[in-house]
Amino acid sequence: MNKLKCCSLLVVLISLLSSGCVQVNAWERGVLAKQEMGWDPDPLMKQLNDHVYFSKEGSTGGVSLGGGGCGCN
Amino acid sequence: MYKRVISRALSSGILFLVCFSANAVSVGERAPEISLPLLDQAKILSLKKHRGKVVYLDFWASWCGSCRVSLPLLSELRTELLNNGFEVLGVNVDAKPEDGIAFLDRFPVSFPVVSDPKGKTPELYQLKGMPTSYLIDKKGVIRHVHVGFKKSDISKIKSEVLVLLNEK
Repeated sequence: MNKLKCCSLLVVLISLLSSGCVQVNAWERGVLAKQEMGWDPDPLMKQLNDHVYFSKEGSTGGVSLGGGGCGCN
Repeated sequence: MYKRVISRALSSGILFLVCFSANAVSVGERAPEISLPLLDQAKILSLKKHRGKVVYLDFWASWCGSCRVSLPLLSELRTELLNNGFEVLGVNVDAKPEDGIAFLDRFPVSFPVVSDPKGKTPELYQLKGMPTSYLIDKKGVIRHVHVGFKKSDISKIKSEVLVLLNEK
């Protein structure tokens, strides 16, 4: 029983220490800094899309509170 | 038996983590030597060559937003204090040196810029962010470390440089 516990603990420790997480150093973020790597490459388009979504949800009784879907809020 | 195995596994784990976490170069330490080719030429430039001067060692990259603010301001400061024994040494860490050259075409600077596409020197200094800069005194000792940059930082940097220039 004890041996089994030891082995399982060792397996957990080894898997924790040799995990696949790689730290990207500060000077290696050239690719990550590219516009296409951003969650929202075009902030203006995201704002417009959000506004349309918000208005439509209002008109169909979706997640937001009230609103007539006029797009004016 | 059981406890001993666990304590051994934990201590070896801690040892593993300690061994693989490199320390960043910090204030009070001698600046590690840098010897790299200039960004646009094959000529090698070394930090040692500037011993006796106050050196502002600046690590930057073309993709770093704050570097667009810092480089022109540092260039101005360098021009102003060059005759007093101040020098700025830029280290470009772009993986493609052409990106750094294109950046300098848009934002020209008066100080020398060396290129380290393989990132050996930033690894040696263990940079925590971009841009990171080190203010090195006349004896080659790091006196201030700056991570990141905003426009208002330049006046603080200038006052730190002036203090170091007055030292013997």
